[in-house]
Amino acid sequence: MTSGTVLEVRDLSVSYLMDRGTTLAVDDVSFDLSAGEFLGIVGESGCGKSTLLFAIAQLLVTPAEITSGSVTFKGRNMVGLTDKELAAVRWRDMSVVMQSAMNALNPVKSIGAQFTDAMRAHGVASKGEIAERSAEVLRMVGIDPLHLKSYPHQLSGGMRQRSMIAMAMLFTPDLVIMDEPTSALDVVAQRSLMVQIKELQEQLGFAIIFVTHDMSLVSHFSDRLMVMYGGVVAEFGATRQVFDTPLHPYSIGLLDAFPSIRGPRVPLTGIPGSPPDLANIPPGCRFAPRCPKVMARCEVEPPELYQVDGTLVRCFLHGGGGPGDD
Amino acid sequence: MTEPQRRSMPPAPSPVRPRPAPAPAPAPATAEPARPAPGLLRTEGLTKHFKIGGAMSRRTLHAVDDVGLTIGEQEIVALAGESGSGKSTVARLLAKLYKPTAGEIYFQGKPLSGLHGRRDVLAYRGDVPMVFQDPFASINPVFRVSHGVLRCLKLHRPDLSAGQRREEAERVFTAVGLIPASEVLQRFPHELSGGQRQRVGFAQALALRPKLILADEPVSMLDVSIRIGLLNVMASLRDSQGVSILYITHDIASARYVADRLIVMYAGHIAEAGPTEEVLSRPRHPYTQLLLSAVPDPRAPLRVGAETDRGEPPKVVDPAPGCRFRWRCPLAIDECHTVTPPLRELLPEHSAACHVARADAETEAFR
Amino acid sequence: MATLRTPRETGEPGGGAEVGQPEAVVSPTGAIAVAGLPLAGGGSITGARSLRRMGRAITANRKATVGAVLLAFFILLALFPGVIAHDDPNAEIYHRLLGLSSKHLLGTTALGQDMFAQVVYGARPVLLIAFGVGLGATIIAMLIGVTAAYVGGATDGTLNLLTDVLLVIPLFPLLIIIGSYLHGAGTLVMIAVITLTGWSYTARQLRSQTLSLRNRDYLEAAKVRGERRLYVICVEIIPTMTSLLVAAFLTNALYAVLFSSALQFIGLGDPNVISWGTMLYWAENNEAFQVAPLWIIVPGLCIVALGAAFALLNYAFDEIGNPALRPARKMRKARVQRAS
Repeated sequence: MTSGTVLEVRDLSVSYLMDRGTTLAVDDVSFDLSAGEFLGIVGESGCGKSTLLFAIAQLLVTPAEITSGSVTFKGRNMVGLTDKELAAVRWRDMSVVMQSAMNALNPVKSIGAQFTDAMRAHGVASKGEIAERSAEVLRMVGIDPLHLKSYPHQLSGGMRQRSMIAMAMLFTPDLVIMDEPTSALDVVAQRSLMVQIKELQEQLGFAIIFVTHDMSLVSHFSDRLMVMYGGVVAEFGATRQVFDTPLHPYSIGLLDAFPSIRGPRVPLTGIPGSPPDLANIPPGCRFAPRCPKVMARCEVEPPELYQVDGTLVRCFLHGGGGPGDD
Repeated sequence: MTEPQRRSMPPAPSPVRPRPAPAPAPAPATAEPARPAPGLLRTEGLTKHFKIGGAMSRRTLHAVDDVGLTIGEQEIVALAGESGSGKSTVARLLAKLYKPTAGEIYFQGKPLSGLHGRRDVLAYRGDVPMVFQDPFASINPVFRVSHGVLRCLKLHRPDLSAGQRREEAERVFTAVGLIPASEVLQRFPHELSGGQRQRVGFAQALALRPKLILADEPVSMLDVSIRIGLLNVMASLRDSQGVSILYITHDIASARYVADRLIVMYAGHIAEAGPTEEVLSRPRHPYTQLLLSAVPDPRAPLRVGAETDRGEPPKVVDPAPGCRFRWRCPLAIDECHTVTPPLRELLPEHSAACHVARADAETEAFR
Repeated sequence: MATLRTPRETGEPGGGAEVGQPEAVVSPTGAIAVAGLPLAGGGSITGARSLRRMGRAITANRKATVGAVLLAFFILLALFPGVIAHDDPNAEIYHRLLGLSSKHLLGTTALGQDMFAQVVYGARPVLLIAFGVGLGATIIAMLIGVTAAYVGGATDGTLNLLTDVLLVIPLFPLLIIIGSYLHGAGTLVMIAVITLTGWSYTARQLRSQTLSLRNRDYLEAAKVRGERRLYVICVEIIPTMTSLLVAAFLTNALYAVLFSSALQFIGLGDPNVISWGTMLYWAENNEAFQVAPLWIIVPGLCIVALGAAFALLNYAFDEIGNPALRPARKMRKARVQRAS
């Protein structure tokens, strides 16, 4: 593992094992994450991005299970570690920010009490140290430390999300995983939170994996962007490159589905159809039923990831020999 | 079901409709706009207050204060704002789910307070139905999706026979793109996707042959790629069925895509109103400018001011007079703290409620 | 009628986090809509298709199967006692206190009656009381609880007052007092008394559930399309609470069995009716514990078994409706099929 690489995910697959059959939610995903890098993972509902995130954080609940692959964090394979071994890593080196603060924060405890809980759980005993660090992280996210006494319901939505992020910063982790932390916020609060996150990252130097369904949100903040569809990686490359020259028809369709504020008003069509049923994956490319550029080969053979100018794309239009034999 | 469905979409109608260009000369900013034309629906001084706190406290939440808006025939009006702006409350007032604390709503010239008896109210509900935000909660999970439509038809078009009701249900389902209608009607809600469920909501509204559909954030809970489909459905309802739509949203971009006119609300007041293109290209109210600057657009470079507004809209409890945006506004003057700005027509058909806004000056509060 | 378990949730079909999946499978938050099983509170309960679904659900779950078999057994006893036991249970013609024999499968009582016949015939009144109270209490609770929550205001206040008064009064002493006034309560009276004193807990539960459902969009949608209030209550709200109603029925039935037997045991029932409770009463009066212990043990076991049947079915329906409660199974390393 090269120094400077914080996370290595190799051939990770996650399945839901149920009585009626197996659903492959994440199929063979691999990527590396360098220290201080901002990786955005984008996709519609049901594409597996949240499952991937939970798999990396080792937060999967039965019937979900990692069925193959490895998640190497700072040199150690996380898959298969016991809860005790994971507890040492959790929050100190890797922390998670959930989608809805109201679901993740304890509604009957003040913010300060929850920070105290987290720190005590990791062996910080001195009250003075706890108080000081709590105030420090709150100031980092722009909240007055007197709010340590507040309960979650007394704070606005934006402030709650910020305090969640502050909690994730308590031990200055090397990796922060964020699952749609801004989806419950209005557009102005959203922008402000994104700017704050980016500032914190530049200040403290941690890596971020940011999962969202809203591509435009990460367009100005992430270094690399991964587009997921139907449980597999559709496109993966430098953010600007993916936005300026999207290669996969799904990425193109997704980008086109955002009506613009500026520029001419044009009629859009979105992407007709709906995501595949992961319990009944059709043979061939998973996007074929909805693809405007589908070829005969696409419905039979699933494409691999092909390299185009530093971007990986899973499409026969860009590799694998083109249309192939018909 | 292993065969993937290639759902055929009705061709996307162009949401861009040719509009007469606004007059170039700015009109002097004087009294509030007196609208001689009655329009399809008009409100005057619409106000809704809620009592909050326990039995002991006497605090009032001012959800909507003094809102005067107009919706014309065959047009889509977007009512945009953050949460807490009062836009959903306005929708519920118009749907007669709440009673106004003050003010009046005029539908086709007649005041809603004059509606007495079940017949009148039912007739109004048939003319002004509502589509809800949450595709998972807006349809009863116990029944097939045909249930709602058939009930609508039974209540509002009693002249139809059972067979005719069935036909009509299939017609409206087809009109919103749920095909084959006869097959989809038999499904349960949990067998449909979020986008399909929202279409069912529109179909139900359409079955009533309405004049105005109140759509309360109909696409907020849908995936981005599916939103466009619904927005196109709304545009086609306006064009082919002649229905007006009040489109409530917090997403300015979608408002631009589909709406003819745009009304921006803030903290219970109307901040700015006018034709969509006009308001978005020449926003006069600092709040509108803030909203525009905050919308993420991958094609534009990031514009971050030194002081990024945190996006904390106020809870309007027992407010003092004055502009409610004054604490976040970099252009606030003394008058803003004492006098509530009235909605003034600065340009033809383009009004803003701001003491500082001028018809021609480029007051850029937020870049 | 106390119960220690939390109110049943009406599950949200499809789950909140995953939007846009027609056959929504699972989301990491655990909300599961598994096709083929009735969703908690959702899915049409009427129709042959859902009966078949329910049948499959019952056979798949062990608790449900045991409970259903036990219940079916007792129902058979109650329906066809004459077929199973050939003696007249009332006839005091035999020798007293005989032991087990092929003629008297359980021996005879101190009064010369055939015990087996008594046990078999005794099933009917108990089951009548169980189902009578189960249905009666649930229906009354439904009408009062749901109406109070949906209509709100003064109606809610009044109905609540009524419910709370009954809730606070300790049930068993109340039953004793009423029972002693009635000088020997037969089956019908027993049903009436237990029903009228016992609906209040379920009413509370149903009221809470309705309160949580009240602001669901589909109810507002019904209001906006012009439905009358009674229609909304009966057609839009109540069918979504079927799993809660089934639970209420089973709980009320269980407690009816226990309470009625207890009342009969202390002599407040009609001693001429043959039921397990009255058997216990007569057994106690004749010091059966020393001379004929079966006289106490067998009816007692039957009461326990019937109660267990209701309780098992109750737990099973909970599990069927809410997959999160199912016992964790060992994960088989299934062969993962990959799209080749």
